[in-house]
Amino acid sequence: MEKLFRWLFGKQPQPPAEKATDIASTAPLTEEQLKAIVNSQNPQFDLQQLIAAAGQSVGKQRELNEDSLLALTTTIAGHSGNLPFGLYIVADGMGGHQFGEVASNAAVRTVAGYVFKKFLPYFFQIKADLMDESFQEIMAAAVNEAQRVIQRDAPGSGTTLTAALIVGQQVTIAHVGDSRAYFVYPDGRIETVTRDHSLVQRLQELGHITAEEAENYPHRNVLYKALGQGDILDPEIFTLAFPQTATLLICSDGLWGVVAEQDIIRAINEAPNLQRACQNLVTAANAAGGPDNISVILAQLIG
Amino acid sequence: MKSPKFAVVKPSRANYNLSQLGEIPLETRLFPELSDDEKGDETAAAKSQLQAGVMLAKRYLIQEVVGLGGMGSVYRARDMHFPNVNKLVAVKEMINSAPDPLVRQTIVQNFEREANLLATLHHPSIPKIYDYFSLESRSYLVLEFIHGKDMEAVINDTNGFLPEEQVLAWAIELCDVLDYLHNHKPDPIIFRDMKPSNVMINSSGEVVLVDFGIAKAFQSGTKGTMIGTEGYSPPEQYRGEATQAADIYSLGATLHHALTRRDPRLEPPFSFAERPIRRINPLVSPELEAIVNRALEYDPASRFKSAAEMKDALTAVARKTGLLGRMRPIASPIKSEGFKPLWKFKCEDEVRGTPAVHQGTLYIGSYDNNLYALGAADGKFQWKYPTDGGIVSRPLIVEGNIIVGSEDKRLHVISARSGKVVWTYYTDGPIRSSPTIAEGHLFFGSDDHYLHAVNINTGRMAWRFESADAIRSTPFVMSEMIYFGAESGDYYAVNFRGELKWRFRSKRAVTASTVGTGQAIYFTSVDATLYALDPHNGWVIWRFRLGKPSISTPCIADDLIIVGAADGFIYAVEARNAKEVWRFRTEHQVNGSPVFYKDSIYCGSVDGNLYCLEYRTGRLRWKFGTEGAITGTPLVYDDVVYFGSTDHHVYALLA
Repeated sequence: MEKLFRWLFGKQPQPPAEKATDIASTAPLTEEQLKAIVNSQNPQFDLQQLIAAAGQSVGKQRELNEDSLLALTTTIAGHSGNLPFGLYIVADGMGGHQFGEVASNAAVRTVAGYVFKKFLPYFFQIKADLMDESFQEIMAAAVNEAQRVIQRDAPGSGTTLTAALIVGQQVTIAHVGDSRAYFVYPDGRIETVTRDHSLVQRLQELGHITAEEAENYPHRNVLYKALGQGDILDPEIFTLAFPQTATLLICSDGLWGVVAEQDIIRAINEAPNLQRACQNLVTAANAAGGPDNISVILAQLIG
Repeated sequence: MKSPKFAVVKPSRANYNLSQLGEIPLETRLFPELSDDEKGDETAAAKSQLQAGVMLAKRYLIQEVVGLGGMGSVYRARDMHFPNVNKLVAVKEMINSAPDPLVRQTIVQNFEREANLLATLHHPSIPKIYDYFSLESRSYLVLEFIHGKDMEAVINDTNGFLPEEQVLAWAIELCDVLDYLHNHKPDPIIFRDMKPSNVMINSSGEVVLVDFGIAKAFQSGTKGTMIGTEGYSPPEQYRGEATQAADIYSLGATLHHALTRRDPRLEPPFSFAERPIRRINPLVSPELEAIVNRALEYDPASRFKSAAEMKDALTAVARKTGLLGRMRPIASPIKSEGFKPLWKFKCEDEVRGTPAVHQGTLYIGSYDNNLYALGAADGKFQWKYPTDGGIVSRPLIVEGNIIVGSEDKRLHVISARSGKVVWTYYTDGPIRSSPTIAEGHLFFGSDDHYLHAVNINTGRMAWRFESADAIRSTPFVMSEMIYFGAESGDYYAVNFRGELKWRFRSKRAVTASTVGTGQAIYFTSVDATLYALDPHNGWVIWRFRLGKPSISTPCIADDLIIVGAADGFIYAVEARNAKEVWRFRTEHQVNGSPVFYKDSIYCGSVDGNLYCLEYRTGRLRWKFGTEGAITGTPLVYDDVVYFGSTDHHVYALLA
């Protein structure tokens, strides 16, 4: 019987890294160098581990920080399994109306508080049953709760919200507005996970303006969806598998609107660790003038 | 720093002034009824709601809450200045809880503006205002009480589509009231927030516009700060322009929603062109569709010049189609095409199972206890193998043997060539679960509560795993794990050694089988839910509510999960976010499972039809009628669809 149960082969072989030609213009590395990077990013640990770092700056041109961020990472491992858990949130309060900073702060704390309360009994008490509420339902309820709190405490104000809940390998994203989540790969690829809820983005999608026109569009900052605004909120909520070797980046437009993608990729892939990468990104945004508040979170799932 | 969604961008904080704060939206609505969700919503307003029996301003006796907004409630109240008649009024409350005094003051001014505006308006589709007052941090508007419900509730409560003539009649009335507002003197009034929930349908079926909280007198040449409702507002309103043309766009959006049942707030902005009305609701006339499309033109100059012009176009359609004169008989949009099957074969009893094809032969079980071998090309009988019970499971073909479970409690292994038994394996209950093979072992469930693992070569049990109830689902094997549900509602993940890795509990039986990708596994339950679980640990990624219980096994079509339910619908749901992409209504329960082949979905229904749908849109390509229910899963192989029906026949159709 044993010989028939040959399920104990190792993991499936990794798919080969992207061809060097795909990235030649951005990161002229040889195949060998590339492999070395891929391998160094993907050591085989027994323990699957989530690691994260964050960075923030008010920028060079504003006095008030209207961004809020939250990063929390937990690892629980033992006989009953190994379950990385993380919650990462960036919220960028809207100016123009008052209390943007109140809104972003309320958003981050309310969402995090709601999610922790839900997971607490399952992580820190011995509970045999699995939770029957889904990740997506919990995130949706948390965002709606934040919407309610903002409308109560600071009516008329609003904020963006990009939150990633990580349980095991599942990354559940809740997203409203134009903060962004990306996956950045060691081979130099970057994948935008979220879609901006901005007028300029929508007009581009519809082909009414080109990418170049978008750069100088006078209403670049206008959002069509924001937390705290509108009578029904329809946040985008979806779940992805955390890609092996990728780094999750969540940031406000104080980073992505200021620092070119290539420089973001380089800052992450060339840094010795995530903390330094966060610092590099914040420094790059400030070096480019720092016109807006900057918030950055980086996370990796290793093993 | 962001710019608020409808605000004109200010270059810096230093520039910001009261005129901007003057546009804080009043999130109040006149709801006639509360949905359950809203009742459960503990907003600040709900916590401090006035109780029934409270007398307000020594005049208005509060009866009940009829609506809830972001800043307060709407009550039905009795006006006690008319003690001898039951005069009902709507009392709209605004609780001002903003911490900043400047903001608080502006909110009150806004509310007053709505009161002043309403006081100048007289039109049958605009509620009369009776009173306005403030008490401490609360302000109140007293308005005509509208008996009825709002259009959004009417749309949601209607099964299927609203009749075209109904929507047309409302459209004409809405144009009329917009025409009145737009011709208001001295300045035109732009309503700015036309949407179904702001349109009440009174007891006579006429429309009444409610919530003038953000309506605004329009001064030409100025740019205002824009407020509106996402989904219904035109592109230029986001840039700070609100004109008559903006109201016409929002009316178009409202009509589009009413005709298609697709809520634009759940879709990207300005995406109506991607949802053509007649593709969703073929009952709508091309004439009405053309009018709505023109109202929804991206460029304001391409829309109707005025509400009056749009009204004329609508009445012309009403005359031409005779829609307002009489009800149009509702015809089925697409008829059964009545084509002939390639072949059909009659068994001696119902065929509820699922076929398998191997080397030109089709194998299928029947309730007449036989497993049949038929020529796949011509339906010719080759042999039959009798068991002692009905066969509902799907045969499995392994190395020249056909393996099938029967309600006679046995798993039968039959030689494909001779139709003779090779070996059988006994369980202690009927077998309705289909066998799955992996690593030289057969895995299947039985009504004896066990998942059996049987060596394919020896026919002997390797192990069995005891579950809480009968197992009728087919085990799904992925990444060295076996996933299956039981009639108790328990759902198990077991490894190849028969050790439990995790267990999940749904509220009712899990009869359907599982499908999966590396990231997630999908199954339905009789608790009327489609589940997506993490295959590694059983945590729930999402749940999708079906109208009724389901025993249909989902299929994966690109990034869609497609499944049937007992409410008669076939649903298509996005795998990443559980959003419904389409649903298709059949005439009876959908207990069979859909299959995906090329770009079509094939699925049977208890209504006797086999449906072929375009998988991206759910549009009907064709249907084929049989004389009995179709409860099995069709098999599509080499462009031919094979399936059985309870009319005793096995059918083969060209896909």
